[in-house]
Amino acid sequence: MNATAAAPIAPASSARVARRPSTLVAYRWELRKLIAQKRTYLGLGLGVLLPVIFVIVQNVHTRHGGGDSIFAAQITQSGLATPVLMLLFESVFFLPLIASLVAGDIVAAEDGNGTLKTILTRSVDRGQVFAAKALAALTYAAIAVYLASLVATVGGIASWGFHSIKTFSGSTVSASEGLLLVIAADACYLIPLFAVACIAVLLSTATRNSIAGVGGAIGIVILLYIVAGIPGLEGIKPYLLTEQFENWHGLLRTPTDWAPVTHSLWVCALYAVPSLIAGYLVFLRRDVAGG
Amino acid sequence: MAAASPPAAADTDAPPVRARGLVKRYKEVLAVDHIDLNVRGGDVYGFLGPNGAGKTTTLRMALGLIVPTEGTVELFGRDPLRHGARALQGVAGFVEAPRFYPYMPGRRNLELLAALDGDDAAAERIDEVLEIVELAPRAKHKVGGYSHGMRQRLGIAAALLRRPRLLILDEPATGLDPAGMRDMRALIRRLADEGITVLLSSHQLPEVQELCDRVAIVDKGRVVYEGALADLRRQGGAGYRLRSSDDARALEIARAQAGVERILRDEHGVGFQADEEHVGALSLALGAAGVGILSLTPELATLEDLFFRLTESNGAAAEPPGDGSRGADLSRATNELAHVLPHGGGGSR
Repeated sequence: MNATAAAPIAPASSARVARRPSTLVAYRWELRKLIAQKRTYLGLGLGVLLPVIFVIVQNVHTRHGGGDSIFAAQITQSGLATPVLMLLFESVFFLPLIASLVAGDIVAAEDGNGTLKTILTRSVDRGQVFAAKALAALTYAAIAVYLASLVATVGGIASWGFHSIKTFSGSTVSASEGLLLVIAADACYLIPLFAVACIAVLLSTATRNSIAGVGGAIGIVILLYIVAGIPGLEGIKPYLLTEQFENWHGLLRTPTDWAPVTHSLWVCALYAVPSLIAGYLVFLRRDVAGG
Repeated sequence: MAAASPPAAADTDAPPVRARGLVKRYKEVLAVDHIDLNVRGGDVYGFLGPNGAGKTTTLRMALGLIVPTEGTVELFGRDPLRHGARALQGVAGFVEAPRFYPYMPGRRNLELLAALDGDDAAAERIDEVLEIVELAPRAKHKVGGYSHGMRQRLGIAAALLRRPRLLILDEPATGLDPAGMRDMRALIRRLADEGITVLLSSHQLPEVQELCDRVAIVDKGRVVYEGALADLRRQGGAGYRLRSSDDARALEIARAQAGVERILRDEHGVGFQADEEHVGALSLALGAAGVGILSLTPELATLEDLFFRLTESNGAAAEPPGDGSRGADLSRATNELAHVLPHGGGGSR
């Protein structure tokens, strides 16, 4: 230790008062932390791998139409069918899992590593740290969805061309309009996915355990699927989070059906907002005794 | 050397640390039991106690990391619970081992912390603090590959980035080699000379004795002594060491002399405890007996002696506080100190 270094360490008489950093600064650093961690790429890698495998398999076993879905029937007619099919498949379980991998870990991991105390003894308030973490978890979920969609779109177009496509209603839209619909469908799917991420953030904060955070969120998704399948509970089905995973289907109809999207907005808010508020309150008052 | 200057929003008259009736209870376990602390500006304040005494819990409450069950703690007049991060303005340090993101280089960790301080100047000081803790050559290496001592030094660097007026250090020398410990002491001394108040929790009692001017000793969650280290050592009893022409005879005379207590003979002569009046009487008795006095030197008890005496008196410390518990504590502590051996580092324990 160079205790004799010339520069004074104590605050100079003209020292400025440090301003409180904005939440945006904390958010940017949360993203940088995610970028620096290998496990971040595990989820994204899975999100990329699946469409790649799908495209390869479809190229090897070239089929001309068929399948239950109208988009499966068009797989070799338009590359834009691939991202839609992938979203149909991944939205059920795969993307919620990827989103939970980060959201369920984002607070608990810092607790386990003891780094929470390091950042909470700087000039950011606890509320800012929580907001930054929640935003970073949502950002990751959005990146996962769009990255998977991008790979599926590029793979599909490269294999089967950028052609017009038929929607659920059977009407044909142009290729460029179809591309916009794919992007919009991904955006709509983010609504329930964000709710899953918010639940995972709450569990991560409350349990201080990454496994509980990730597994708990996925467990809730599975539980809701089970509840949806129980005879006699059809009445609550429209209010189950998992039912909102299909909210984007209305976009791929002619005319566009916005009702599922608006319905999912408030239903998902019922899951997301209380989770975030509860997580925030727990985070504000919790004892940081680890590390 | 530049003088410490308080941030504009701080209460300039408020002490760096002022805790009143601090309690932390975990279900049935009372970790901290009505602790009062008074760290004054410019203090190098030792915070001592055995493992599990409640030191780290107290420091965590001071930094706003855990919520007290009762009581308040203020840093420069601001309570971390009420004022949030603003209460930590001008405050830096770490509790237990400093922790960093292992997947990022040391420098990147400091950049993150500087950003979270909201101080552009802090970012410009990164190279400087890395030089101070001699981590500049390893700054681009991931913290995951750092040794414990290197992380400890990075913790110091992270604290110095904030140009603190109050530095809270919890066992800063842990994991350092002897040279590192020496350098750490020199750094703390330098910081104190620059006007930074240091709250030092440490098990290294010689280190505390060398560095600190005031101490608090906690045991079983309660403060058993708080005050000047010099006063504590004085209260520990006026000890003397006698070297004479005939130590065996001197021992007999001392034993026969009223007011001379705790007499021990070893290779360094005869040690005993007495007030000045009885020391004078002993000197006359030795002279009358024909025993020559080669040297008669007063010795203060070491902090280590005092620490063990205060913290190993289990029964009283475990009692719940009565009215004016602090006074009762100090009274008890003073009584305990009356029995402290006076040997000065002779390892007589």
